[in-house]
Amino acid sequence: MIDITTRKVEVSIDGSTVLVDPSSTVLEAALEHGVFIPHLCHDPDLKPTGVCRLCMVEVDGRLLTACNTPVVAGALIRTDTDAVKETRLGAVELLLVNHHRGTVDCAEGETCELAKIARLLEVDETRLKRLRRSDQTLDVDTSNPFFHFDPNICVLCGICVRTCDEIVGVGAIDFVKRGIYTTIGSAPDAQWIDSDCVSCGECVVRCPTGSLAPTHHEVPEREVISTCTYCGCGCGIHLGVRDDRIVSVRGVRENPANEGRLCVKGRFGFEFVNSPDRLTTPLIRRQGKLEEATWDEALDLVAERFSANRGEAFASIASAKLTNEENYLIQKFTRAVMGTNNVDHCARLCHSPSVAGLVQSFGSGAMTSSTKDIGDARCILAVGTNTTAAHPIVALQVMRSLRQGGKLIVINPREIELAHYADLFIQNRPGSDVALLMGMMRVIVDEGLHDLEFIEARCEDYEVFRESLAQYDEALVEEKTGVPFAQIARAARMYAENSPASILYAMGITQHTHGTDNVLATSNLALLTGNVGRASSGVNPLRGQSNVQGACDMGGLPNVYPGYQRVDDPKVQAKFERAWGVELHSTPGLTHLEILGGVTAGPIKAIYLVGENPALSEADASHAREALEKVDFLVVQDIFLTESTEHADVVLPAASFAEKDGTFTNTERRVQRVRKAIEPVGDSREDGWITSAIAKRMGVEGFDHESAEEVMNEIASLTPQYGGITHDRIEDIGLQWPCPDPSHPGTRYLHAERFPRPNGRGRFFPLQYRPPAEEPDAEFPLVLTTERSLYHYHTATMTRRVPGLEKLRSEELVEIHPRDAEALSIASGDRVRVTSRRGEVTARALVTEVSPPGTVSMTFHFHEAPTNVLTNAAYDPVAKIPETKVCAVRVEPAS
Amino acid sequence: MASTDTDLAPILDTFERRPETLISLLQAVQGRLGYLPPEVLGTVARHARVPRSRVYGVASFYSQFRFNPVGRHRVAVCRGTACHVRGARLILEELERSLGIKEGQTTEDMEYSLETVACIGCCGLSPCISVGDEVSAKLTAKKVRKLFKNAQRSAHK
Repeated sequence: MIDITTRKVEVSIDGSTVLVDPSSTVLEAALEHGVFIPHLCHDPDLKPTGVCRLCMVEVDGRLLTACNTPVVAGALIRTDTDAVKETRLGAVELLLVNHHRGTVDCAEGETCELAKIARLLEVDETRLKRLRRSDQTLDVDTSNPFFHFDPNICVLCGICVRTCDEIVGVGAIDFVKRGIYTTIGSAPDAQWIDSDCVSCGECVVRCPTGSLAPTHHEVPEREVISTCTYCGCGCGIHLGVRDDRIVSVRGVRENPANEGRLCVKGRFGFEFVNSPDRLTTPLIRRQGKLEEATWDEALDLVAERFSANRGEAFASIASAKLTNEENYLIQKFTRAVMGTNNVDHCARLCHSPSVAGLVQSFGSGAMTSSTKDIGDARCILAVGTNTTAAHPIVALQVMRSLRQGGKLIVINPREIELAHYADLFIQNRPGSDVALLMGMMRVIVDEGLHDLEFIEARCEDYEVFRESLAQYDEALVEEKTGVPFAQIARAARMYAENSPASILYAMGITQHTHGTDNVLATSNLALLTGNVGRASSGVNPLRGQSNVQGACDMGGLPNVYPGYQRVDDPKVQAKFERAWGVELHSTPGLTHLEILGGVTAGPIKAIYLVGENPALSEADASHAREALEKVDFLVVQDIFLTESTEHADVVLPAASFAEKDGTFTNTERRVQRVRKAIEPVGDSREDGWITSAIAKRMGVEGFDHESAEEVMNEIASLTPQYGGITHDRIEDIGLQWPCPDPSHPGTRYLHAERFPRPNGRGRFFPLQYRPPAEEPDAEFPLVLTTERSLYHYHTATMTRRVPGLEKLRSEELVEIHPRDAEALSIASGDRVRVTSRRGEVTARALVTEVSPPGTVSMTFHFHEAPTNVLTNAAYDPVAKIPETKVCAVRVEPAS
Repeated sequence: MASTDTDLAPILDTFERRPETLISLLQAVQGRLGYLPPEVLGTVARHARVPRSRVYGVASFYSQFRFNPVGRHRVAVCRGTACHVRGARLILEELERSLGIKEGQTTEDMEYSLETVACIGCCGLSPCISVGDEVSAKLTAKKVRKLFKNAQRSAHK
């Protein structure tokens, strides 16, 4: 009765014999073979509980719940006996009387699973009346802007509670009270909004009764599969369209990056697409005012002025929000038409140290692992990443690893959400990561926990690195980090002894004047313990924007062509000269900060700024604004007016991600399709069309692609990592680069056999501790560190146009520890002035122990309180990233 | 909140930081404070390493836990079978009116808290209530009003 080859077992369902997987439940086996068993509390993503009692079947003559009964070889399963029918009918009647509207004609109509089952089981209305309770109607909880909870129709199946616990890992809700008063809740007299709910809506999409339902619900006419435009997680989404509007979003279950799951922004954050604020026509500044213009006028002006500023007077700032194809066109335009390598984008401000650092140590600057594999790590070291807020879908994998018994070490100056789940939470001083990580490595070497075999076989420069560990003794490490050495030693052992171990990091590592050193410290740690080149291990920089990985891959950087091919390599130069039919330059161009700096003290006269808002996002933002104001000719291409368009000479209205075709490359290097769901709003145009139109007006060739697909083919022909990628191949599921040829299946994790360095070895780096550029002193006694809110994105030009997100977080908050607040006579809600050497902003205070004593933190989402006016533009000498994570400030009540 | 946290620290420290300690932890905290104020649920949750909602779920399941402070006089309404058939429900309703609070609550002046119990154990005196250690027997709504005349005044002030 067991099939030897397939390992399947034979069971009988309603008289027919079928082969089923021995690990399946009776319910799964029946559903797989087309036998419907009613069920309400079952969800394929959750552990079975058997509480709704609807899935009763007879197995070998015994009545059992099918959802939590495993199949046994030879079992005789009956789903249609009188006993089964009678039990099910009883169960559904009891559920219906708690489902207050409790009739077969449920108001939730098609979405109410219970009503469907009731109809199927032919429930008798008259029997229900007898059973119905006469208790009062409870208030519907409408406190969450995106969905409501109606306790009157809830049948307590528990799917929402289990989803929040098992999938999201938050546990915001539970069964509360007892007996007939049992309901779903979080705290005494609390509304939904008062709970720890992160508004992801995973429970809402699973609720079988409509008790949890979206506030705004429009049935789409059609759905288009695309990729989310927010963070680098790269979640697959079905964009629901009605007329020319996006009306719904749901996750794509088949997408390996998110497996159908979404966060609050990804599920509810797309109202910006149809916002009335969208730019719908080109604007030209005339007599100091931006006035509407035709495309012809705007393009002629841009082409004319760009033509007059060729060479080093010109710079482009590409965008991590555009598609790969569009970024490719921008860098091609800059290099081939404008004759300069002055092209950079916002990756400079987030992960340039990852590219610079990991290229030196591993030979490739991208996340080594796949997102999904992180969930199988035995240990996760999350350093400088507020994963639940900035990369919510990666955070779900952290939760999955924890559920499987994996260890979690969180290193962060702030007591972030993840810290509550950690086996070990280390709260170090901002900017002390090199000392901390090197301290860990010293313990690993001293205690012989390193992987000598791996080091010998696959690494180089180990000896010189080992010698540099000597200086990281207990005294120095404790002094710099402010953490007891015993804790650091525990972290070292936990990381080294639980393999595979995966390092996750983000801006907390990179946005420092020693960002590249921080990155090298993480790669040292992974090499030392042999945690590279295997699934669920590695060093994983979590990329911030939807296509920041792709914008880097496409050569939106001043020193490399697409595929990180160096502009100063003559062979590479010759290859691109041949392909593009023009002469190219071998001198690397200016970086982001240098471009803006180059306006006041350099050659820059014209800037082509695409999809970015440096007036708010650049460190020392006042200086950035000065540069934007001063530059002779500024073209801003965006979907909204921003703080940066205030300085523009020409504003070009771009189409949003929902209005174009192309690809995004997510943080796990997966190249995925972006698809046009609606026509561009108003007279806006796809960014790729705009760049090409400018080029064509300047009379050059090489910009007459008919489609994004054609551009991708050109990319593939010039970019080794993308060599095998075509739109056709990624129609359903994206491919992870490197994917060098059309038959290559893509790469799940990097460096399996060798490192892509000349000798194939991973390189250790000896590291010197360097303090942040600005440390607190008598005048500016506190450290300001920057963070992000789950509810907003970057400079919030999109998220603040989503009313629900604006409701969940509507203003800047200066987070300050109770001890510092008390000393300054500040209470939560008070307006405070934060002053640094560069400027001051005012915002409300939030007194919280999340912020450690001596450190305050702010986001940079709110233009009313532009945090980057305060931050320090001192930058890392290698990666040229400004130190947005540490600057010295003074906080005082603003009265 | 910080002060409550400090008050509780010696109690919390006697418990391991594991979910399994949750009920004992809640008992100890209530033993100290007399009830479970909302902000304490978060403190307990962090210590036992469980979500806040779980703490409330567990605490609201067991009748021994209360979320309101107890008054100087605990008024317990018997809802045993004998009292029930002789109108315990009406007695409870009258008490709620007289005291100006609902079952499970405490008057603002902290004089009275109102609860129901399964049986006081003197069915011959039904319907009855206990106020502190004293039992009031064979009650009617009128008798209740008289008993709590003063309370009524303070409740409606």
